[in-house]
Amino acid sequence: MKSLLKFITCGSVDDGKSTLIGHMLYDAKLIFADQEKALELDSRIGSREGKIDYSLLLDGLMAEREQGITIDVAYRYFTTEKRSFIVADTPGHEEYTRNMAVGASFADAAVILIDATQGMLVQTRRHIRICSLMGIRHFVFAVNKMDLVHYEKSVFDKIVRDVKRFVSEFDIGSMKIIPVSATEGDNVTRTMGASPVRMPWYRGGALLEYLEEIEVSDLSRPEEFVMAIQRVSRPNHNFRGFQGQVNSGEISVGDEITVLPSGEQANVAAVYVADQNTGSAQAGQPVTIQLDREIDISRGCVICKATKAEGANMFTAKLFWMDEEALLPGRNYWVKLGTKMIPASVMDIKYKIDVNSGEQIPAEKIHKNELAVCDVILSEKCAIDQFDRDKDLGSFIFINRVTNMTSACGTVMHTLRRSNNLVWQETDITKKIRSEQKGQTPKTVWFTGLSGSGKSTLANELEKRLVAMGRHTMLLDGDNVRMGLNKNLGFTEADRVENIRRIAEVAKLMNDAGLIVLTAFISPYKKDRENAREIIGEDFFEVYVSTPIEECERRDVKGLYRKARRGEIPNFTGITSPYEAPDTPDFAVDTRETSVEEAVSMILEQIEKG
Amino acid sequence: MRELTHLEQLEAEAIYIMREVAAECEKPVMLYSIGKDSSVMLHLALKAFYPEKPPFPFMHIDTTWKFKEMITFRDETAKRLGIEMLVYTNEEGVRQGINPFDHGAAYTDIMKTQALKQALDLYGFTAAFGGGRRDEEKSRAKERIFSFRNAQHAWDPKNQRPEMWKLYNTKINKGESIRVFPLSNWTEKDIWQYIRQEKIEIVPLYFAKERPVVYRDGNIIMVDDDRMKLKPGEKVEKKKVRFRTLGCYPLTGGAESEADTLDAIIEETLQAITSERTSRVIDHEAAGSMERRKREGYF
Repeated sequence: MKSLLKFITCGSVDDGKSTLIGHMLYDAKLIFADQEKALELDSRIGSREGKIDYSLLLDGLMAEREQGITIDVAYRYFTTEKRSFIVADTPGHEEYTRNMAVGASFADAAVILIDATQGMLVQTRRHIRICSLMGIRHFVFAVNKMDLVHYEKSVFDKIVRDVKRFVSEFDIGSMKIIPVSATEGDNVTRTMGASPVRMPWYRGGALLEYLEEIEVSDLSRPEEFVMAIQRVSRPNHNFRGFQGQVNSGEISVGDEITVLPSGEQANVAAVYVADQNTGSAQAGQPVTIQLDREIDISRGCVICKATKAEGANMFTAKLFWMDEEALLPGRNYWVKLGTKMIPASVMDIKYKIDVNSGEQIPAEKIHKNELAVCDVILSEKCAIDQFDRDKDLGSFIFINRVTNMTSACGTVMHTLRRSNNLVWQETDITKKIRSEQKGQTPKTVWFTGLSGSGKSTLANELEKRLVAMGRHTMLLDGDNVRMGLNKNLGFTEADRVENIRRIAEVAKLMNDAGLIVLTAFISPYKKDRENAREIIGEDFFEVYVSTPIEECERRDVKGLYRKARRGEIPNFTGITSPYEAPDTPDFAVDTRETSVEEAVSMILEQIEKG
Repeated sequence: MRELTHLEQLEAEAIYIMREVAAECEKPVMLYSIGKDSSVMLHLALKAFYPEKPPFPFMHIDTTWKFKEMITFRDETAKRLGIEMLVYTNEEGVRQGINPFDHGAAYTDIMKTQALKQALDLYGFTAAFGGGRRDEEKSRAKERIFSFRNAQHAWDPKNQRPEMWKLYNTKINKGESIRVFPLSNWTEKDIWQYIRQEKIEIVPLYFAKERPVVYRDGNIIMVDDDRMKLKPGEKVEKKKVRFRTLGCYPLTGGAESEADTLDAIIEETLQAITSERTSRVIDHEAAGSMERRKREGYF
């Protein structure tokens, strides 16, 4: 059986990719006679000087032929005496880069065309980068249109230098640079004929000859058995089989396997390769595996013998964005990784990569056709490995949850662990993301003042106004805090301090959640309020309700002052316990002079300012 | 550990695709056209889910103009394997007397394209397997393995979803559906070699045999029943012919051949000088006709 080589052709638009492959198929007599007839017919219709237009062999869509460009990948199948080939001819236009990436994800080797009259272009560099991202390690550079530069060695040599400089940053398995003319046929299939005369300085063999010989070692795969479960087959009560395609390694009856991410273990009881009970299987084969005991395994789980793959829910990845709708951190997507479909989002865009220079650029959003490095968080743990160790458990796609578009593809650089505190802190969904999701700036509006001064009334009214404006809020007052969180606290000075500390911590958490928090507590001590300001930080906004004690006592809505005067309430602020007024509150209001409505409007104006 | 053969790789890929669809798609169906590619696809489906039966039904769109031997083969196959075989015909088309002799392109549209759309809508299938291969025709060479159709079953070739690695995106919105081509990367030669390797039963029409035929517009058409009206000057002859593809008998050109064994067929295929779909009359109407039909909802 001949070996199979899957390769792609890529490069910038008009570098002559389709023409090259078309010529290769034509020259090597690899096309069927009626395709040849159709080719001649088609090419007379859109004729370029009456010559056969080889690109018409591949540009199969009407829009492509009308516009004379390649829009999507075309797959062609051919066999020479030495090898079978599947070639994916990919589009050169930046607009259709995602279709080029589709071809790259499928190939073992890339033939990258460079127009000798143009040299390396931005699009050439982009394609090399994407090939590398998708896992291609074998590159052939075909320096095309040598006929247009009069087969000049110096032109070729300069491009060779540029290519070598550019690829030095990538992990490359093999590389070859060949001068060709796709239209004239120089060095396309054979070095025979006129080519040696036109380019006597080149002795490296023709493109097809090289492709027949090139060794493409499979992208590094783990040696041990790993398999993602596609489905659980349960035709009857006696049979429970786990179906999937063996990713790597070998498996036999009796082997002990571990399930990821759960870590449960079992032994293999039976192995079927397709419909044959073979007792063992190896990488690449479609199998159904039975285990010796009932353990919890479902689609998306991975079974393995020993692997570096692990159950993780966070990882750093390279991402190629393909959707018109830009990537925003915090937005929810579906991620498909292995056989698992799972909600996920990007926590942090670390940087995007300039396709031309490789420069790392800070970014808030990632747009179509951009490459970036991001931290991704999944809604639950699943089996993940690094792409360079395991292609199947290290690659994923993003799916838009509204349009279902495949928005991005990516490869895992490394997983992130929650136990690594520093990493977790840096990469969590941030306060900023949560606030943006709610479209607001978090605040803690801290009302302080004597009992009966109007704190609760103001806080209530302010919350109503905020909610009416579509803001997300939370009001903390004695009723909802003293009843639950702080019900073990009394009214001693120590308990009052602890009461305020807890309220401040809760408010801070709520600010982190993106909420606008309103608190209405007497909070009589300066140092407690300073402590709260410290805990809450820049979101803290102090409102001093300065209604004097005489007025408060006159109102005495809850009858507390009277009780306190009768000595029934110990430690009552303003009577048996001091109230320390703020020196420089962010806002002060005396409810004798200002109406509730006016006061709320003024506070709103202040906090909405930022 | 050894390298899998080319056929083993293709088999594994097809089985992987079928299992993905069975696991993720809500209501799949496998289109069964009775041809050799469908026979291979059915065989793969039986292997993919063994010992379970394929967890989806099979469906044949019957134009009422198929070769009689095909219909017999279909019914016997379904019975022998114990699989659910749905058969759908556009009865409205039958009532209007739509036929391949008088109606040309309209016949293909009404009895095949419209019939398929009606059947998929009737049962509410969200994914349909088809036996299409990328080596068959230029627009097929461009199509994804998972190919999306809008609520009108139309294909948008300029805006296909990216398809990366083995990560097939099966998400669809209400009304949309997916055509899935597990044999995308097979060539005609692979199909024949696999049929030999796996001893897959195929309709006898693929083997050369003396059959009653007429020569019409450069094609050899078999006279399968008395609905075939002869044109002036035509006469029915007995010729040893075989068919490289099967469809509606008036639209399927045969080839004179001595190949009456699998080995002989494979030998002939290897030396073929014409690619397979030339024997299908509809492909020749105009450059791009296949793409146009696919955009309108043809499989």
